[in-house]
Amino acid sequence: MDAKTIYSRLNKVFRDVFDDDSITVGPKTTADDIEDWDSLEHITLISAVEREFRMKFKMGEISSMKNVGEMAQIIASRVK
Amino acid sequence: MKELEYPFDSEYIIKKKKSIKRSLLADGSKRLKKKVAVFGGSTTNAIVDYLELFLLDQGIEPEFYQSEYAQYWQDAMFPGEELLSFSPDIVFIHTTSRNITAFPTTSDTKETVDKLLDAEYSKYVQMWQKIRETYHCPIIQNNFEMPYYRLMGNKDCSDYRGRLNFASRLNDRFYSYADENEGFYINDINFISASYGLRRWSDPSYWNMYKYAMCFEAIPEFSFNLSNIIKSVFGKNKKVLALDLDNTLWGGVVGDDGVDGIQIGQETGVSQSYYEFQSYVSSLRSLGVVLTVCSKNEHENAIDGLNHPEGALRPDDFIIIKANWENKDRNIIETAAELNVLPDSIVFADDNPAEREIVRAQIPGIAVPEMDSVENYIINLDRGGYFEVTSFSADDLKRNEMYKANAERAAAVASFADYNEYLLSLDMNAVIDDFIPVYLQRITQLTNKSNQFNVTTKRYTTAEMEAVAQSDEYIRLYGKLADKFGDNGVVSVVIGHKNGDVLDMELWLMSCRVLKRDMEFAMLDRLVERCREQGISKIKGYYYPTAKNKMVKDLYGKFGFEKLSEDEDGNSVWELSVSDYEIRNKVIKVGDNSSVK
Repeated sequence: MDAKTIYSRLNKVFRDVFDDDSITVGPKTTADDIEDWDSLEHITLISAVEREFRMKFKMGEISSMKNVGEMAQIIASRVK
Repeated sequence: MKELEYPFDSEYIIKKKKSIKRSLLADGSKRLKKKVAVFGGSTTNAIVDYLELFLLDQGIEPEFYQSEYAQYWQDAMFPGEELLSFSPDIVFIHTTSRNITAFPTTSDTKETVDKLLDAEYSKYVQMWQKIRETYHCPIIQNNFEMPYYRLMGNKDCSDYRGRLNFASRLNDRFYSYADENEGFYINDINFISASYGLRRWSDPSYWNMYKYAMCFEAIPEFSFNLSNIIKSVFGKNKKVLALDLDNTLWGGVVGDDGVDGIQIGQETGVSQSYYEFQSYVSSLRSLGVVLTVCSKNEHENAIDGLNHPEGALRPDDFIIIKANWENKDRNIIETAAELNVLPDSIVFADDNPAEREIVRAQIPGIAVPEMDSVENYIINLDRGGYFEVTSFSADDLKRNEMYKANAERAAAVASFADYNEYLLSLDMNAVIDDFIPVYLQRITQLTNKSNQFNVTTKRYTTAEMEAVAQSDEYIRLYGKLADKFGDNGVVSVVIGHKNGDVLDMELWLMSCRVLKRDMEFAMLDRLVERCREQGISKIKGYYYPTAKNKMVKDLYGKFGFEKLSEDEDGNSVWELSVSDYEIRNKVIKVGDNSSVK
């Protein structure tokens, strides 16, 4: 799956989870950029991303991801 | 909302949580407001988020209090100012196997393990009693899901040192407590986790990363199960199951295939599946669920199908059989009117998606479970939680007989020229008196489910009703009505609060199954009699309009009260001086508690 597709699908997930159509995510987006993205909603986001791409993050990956770019890289390596 | 009805897509609900909530709140429906305190032994935020969605969908608007992380015991035993002023209508204790403090070890003796069990259990009992004394409200307590690993393997479940054995024994203690205490309900996560799949349910990464006691994707199912208890406690259960026939209660089309051609019985896998479903429906009937038929068929064919010798149901099991070629939504509206229930208290089961869609669109609030294939019928109806049992009164068991007698009465009325003559012919006998313990559960249940003949729509929990029953500040009456066709049980409840020589009416309700029988006048006669005995000179009545109680807008006027005021919302205040009152009921013989065996 190419990066463009991954970002466009990620963008849709972010908009659904945070119920905000003005969100546009890029590689550098972090929790600081999105108002409702706190530790409680992080788990909602992870769950929704996993569903979108039909994959599972490993426990270590979830705690070490620093931005959306790293999330997209993991997805790219896992999804054909 | 279809997205929240079983079987729902949990992952979709997780992703769309915010927009689902937005559209529920925007649908303009009136909801019962309830305060729910959640005492957690693990993270509860998502549990509350999804619980809110399901409750909103079931007509309840919750306000939540959540204890700080894992502070369930401290919050229960030593409540802070915030919690005390929150004053919950219901308390939910969210503990799981993760909260069992001392599991047995392999070196423990039997006696040591028994002591561990006592210690663990008494911690909970203390907490439940403290909650009950402080808030007088219902309590929902999780049982324990089975631990996800087994040190001893299979022996873990049977050996007293086993963790599974210990959790099961704790559960048994909880069940005994639930059996002995009203207003205490078990949220059966042992079942739900097994049904979900214990391995996925207890994925330890969710505990280790977020302190959730179950995997995140299981939370909607958990919360839905919990919401069913809450909505049942607050009187939002369904009452009637309206069933289609062809390909719903049997395989095939009786009009085309003939009685001998339909699939029901023990012959094939398919016919056995339909037989199992009929047996399930028959069991629902014995729980007090009212059964009706809503089918596009010739009436005669429908009866023939129901008389199939291999079937588990008989035509007599159905209070109303609508087998005709009318639109189904119209048949359902008529069924509701004939049973004197609201259309939103009906569950409609039909294999045809087009029929389901029409009924769902035409009748707001009606439940229309997916009935896609016969092997799923039972699970979809059962897991939907439409008829969740939280209290079980003798009247529930007799409900079908009562509705049947009602239908016979309707047939009898046609043969009388004069309505009064008809009423006299019913040979009605009532008991109207102060509350007695044997009826308290039914009385409370009535206050929570009567919507139409109910002037204030005040709801009472079991604990609140016990407090009212024991106080000398109230005049209370329950009314029970029997006639030659059958016993209707307790059908009316009246509660007035004494205020000097004035009685302020807090509640006046009656079950719609005894409308137009003059029972309300018999209640009023007795109330005035009690007022005179206790030195009350004036009765003040209050009417608070809701979407459903228009039929009693002028009840107090009909009683001869004088209207004192009415505000722009339609709330009105009425007054009656008891000195000039004359007996109104002339058709019901009325006895008191001494006639209750």
